[in-house]
Amino acid sequence: MPLIVRTFLKTALLYFVAALLLNIAIALQRAGVSFPPRLDPVYIHLVTVGWISQLIIGVAVWMFPKYSKDQPRGPEWVNWTIYALLNAGLLLRVISEPAAASGGGEVWGVLLLASALLQWCAGVLFAVTAWRRVRLR
Amino acid sequence: MPATSSWMIRASLAYLVAGFTIGGLLLAEKGVSFWPQAWRLLPLHAEILITGWLVQLALGVAFWIMPRLRGGQRGDLQLSKAAAAAYNLGILTSLAALWFQVPAALAAGRVLEAGGAAFFLITIWSRVRTIQR
Repeated sequence: MPLIVRTFLKTALLYFVAALLLNIAIALQRAGVSFPPRLDPVYIHLVTVGWISQLIIGVAVWMFPKYSKDQPRGPEWVNWTIYALLNAGLLLRVISEPAAASGGGEVWGVLLLASALLQWCAGVLFAVTAWRRVRLR
Repeated sequence: MPATSSWMIRASLAYLVAGFTIGGLLLAEKGVSFWPQAWRLLPLHAEILITGWLVQLALGVAFWIMPRLRGGQRGDLQLSKAAAAAYNLGILTSLAALWFQVPAALAAGRVLEAGGAAFFLITIWSRVRTIQR
């Protein structure tokens, strides 16, 4: 299994565990223990973006029909860029969404905006590269 | 890759872009309020990414990589195309119903989605098997 695929899959597994740990915090919060606000949307996106979508992207990079003979998975730098954009965006959200909701200042709102932009770029870049590999044989 | 899988995977990629665009707008709105009405898009964001992206991609890939029937066939291709068409029509109908808030249209969309899924189940059922080597 190529390094980029292993990196996607192992990162996805880490997000899965992180999401479940965060879910414990959410349960404790409902029981009265103090935690930062707005953990629910962070949890949902750790599962759907960090775990499920990232796992899908990793497997797609690995198993979709070849991009070309020389570059079976497409340009490696594109796949690494998708990885960097997706994870930078998601981690930024994990930090800045509870901080913004806690009234930490305008800077957290701007970081949320940056998080949105980074994740959107990752999604579009993946869709464009995967589109070329999905073809009739 | 068979045509049904190719269509479904490409449709799921299109839904991914649409869903991430709406999600990006909502997250940006959360950070820097510029369009409060954007929150009307939240149910569409969930529908697009769960039904259109995640589930449809799984169905498309399953039709491609599941063991083939004896003789190398993937089952009834026409039925698989009908399944994909019904499923996607169901998603689009549901999205329109969620946006315009028409409960009857939402029910119709759900019927189409379920019908598409049922057709898909019929197509792929016999391919879920142990391969004798």
